[in-house]
Amino acid sequence: MASDAVGGSIDAVWRIESPRLIAGLARLTGDVGVAEDLAQDALVAALEKWPQSGVPDNPGAWLMATAKHRAIDLFRRNERLARKQEELAHDVGLALAMDGADLDAALDDEIGDDLLALIFTCCHPVLSTDSRVTLTLRMLGGLTTEEIARSFLTAEPTIAQRIVRAKRTLGATRVPFEVPSGEELAERLPSVLGVVYLIFNEGYAATAGDDWMRPGLTDEALRLGRILAALAPDEPEVHGLLALMEIQASRMRARTDAVGNPVLLLDQDRSRWDPLLIRRGLAELDRAQQLGGGLGPYALQAAIAACHARARVADDTDWATIAALYDALAQLSPSPVVELNRAVAVSMAFGPAAGLELVDQLVGEPSLERYHLLPSVCGDLLAKLGRHDEARAEFERAASLTQNARERALLLERAAVSGGSG
Amino acid sequence: MRFMMLMLPGGELQETGDWGPPPAEAVGEMTKYNEELTNAGVLLALDGLQPPSKGARVSFAGGTKKVTDGPFAEAKEIVGGYWLIDVKSKDEAVEWASRCPGGEGDVVEVRQVFEMSDFPEDVQAAAELSEEPPEQTQAR
Repeated sequence: MASDAVGGSIDAVWRIESPRLIAGLARLTGDVGVAEDLAQDALVAALEKWPQSGVPDNPGAWLMATAKHRAIDLFRRNERLARKQEELAHDVGLALAMDGADLDAALDDEIGDDLLALIFTCCHPVLSTDSRVTLTLRMLGGLTTEEIARSFLTAEPTIAQRIVRAKRTLGATRVPFEVPSGEELAERLPSVLGVVYLIFNEGYAATAGDDWMRPGLTDEALRLGRILAALAPDEPEVHGLLALMEIQASRMRARTDAVGNPVLLLDQDRSRWDPLLIRRGLAELDRAQQLGGGLGPYALQAAIAACHARARVADDTDWATIAALYDALAQLSPSPVVELNRAVAVSMAFGPAAGLELVDQLVGEPSLERYHLLPSVCGDLLAKLGRHDEARAEFERAASLTQNARERALLLERAAVSGGSG
Repeated sequence: MRFMMLMLPGGELQETGDWGPPPAEAVGEMTKYNEELTNAGVLLALDGLQPPSKGARVSFAGGTKKVTDGPFAEAKEIVGGYWLIDVKSKDEAVEWASRCPGGEGDVVEVRQVFEMSDFPEDVQAAAELSEEPPEQTQAR
């Protein structure tokens, strides 16, 4: 039992310390792959030592000192990195001479930058999206290969290989370990935010039934978003993304009914929304707005989510503001799906005829040809306008396009109702 | 999973049940700790509480309510503040609690927050009964 207790503590220490450990080692070695190997070596040493000795008072400093010793051993065998050796030996001497707390204080200033550099490196454009997601969960989330594999319903060897290849790519292309600045920062930030949001959606889209297979990917993404907001407080879109995730996560309990079927936003029981996460989301959105420079795509989506969050009941929703926000979003990142959402908001704010006018412009849009929501929205608006025969045809078309059996049944039901009264 | 870390101050504070704003040095250390929680992405909320001498207790017994103003002579443990954190395991919560710059005699109690899914179905149904019926709408 005693060693189990230490095992749990080591897991906890690893979760807390590993990102900083890897980031600090990457700064020293200039290579994220080498840094992660060294950190893993230190973990193995801890697993051997701590069950006997107990967890040290400053486990982070212990892990770092151990990893640096391994680094010296490695450098001695590696001529290419010989120049670094002297520098590092000095550093270790310093670490051993200093009390752990002082060392922490000395490192505090740099550690934030190192962590941020680690995030940017894990999300570097030389890597595939899958690799970016995997490396980020591994290095920043402290997740094991097995946990990542389980989360993405992928075989463990596939993930292990992906990590090895990604580390090799970073090494081979000599991606510098640094936080990009100026224009490059603006270019590369969307990749970082995209990876975090992708992780969030991977968890969020999972139905209640297979939730257990995706151990808290949304939680993982929220944590990453919160870390980013602390590390890069001056970037409005970082707060925008976090605001969006906090508000979306606030609806988690209301998104499915007792048997696990999805419940549409406007039909959700709002008393089940999490007020703490809503409050946090609205505060993050405020921060994004205060930073100025206009809202980016994430902040705009967060602002739309905030309109829903602020409405106590669905009927109170400020659809005119939502329509305006979709309009801004459509200009910033134009997409037919955004246009369709805008049409729905316009119909809610200004009546079905105004919405239908926008929807009609989307008919014939090639990317929406097989998208069941287009005829579904169209049918809904036509039905509201009393044009039941046309509505029925649209619902039938939508039913033929959806992959979801439950949704198909619902659409056919609406088609039948339209026919009866038309 | 969410945990609440409850700070139960020890020493003199515990005995008198009275305290003012903490000294600058203690605030500095605690601020650094709170920053660590924030930077690690685990902190959801936190608050420091005014002393029991400024509070009150409402007790329920024999079908009646009784209000007692602080300080509370019979209280064994008093809460001085709390942190609400979102972590992956109880071990992680305990690890964070052990990093708190606690003073002599202080105790940090770690308690997991109930999630709705922790309750049996009949309790979940009862909780729903007490809520307003959702507004019906035809909108998508």
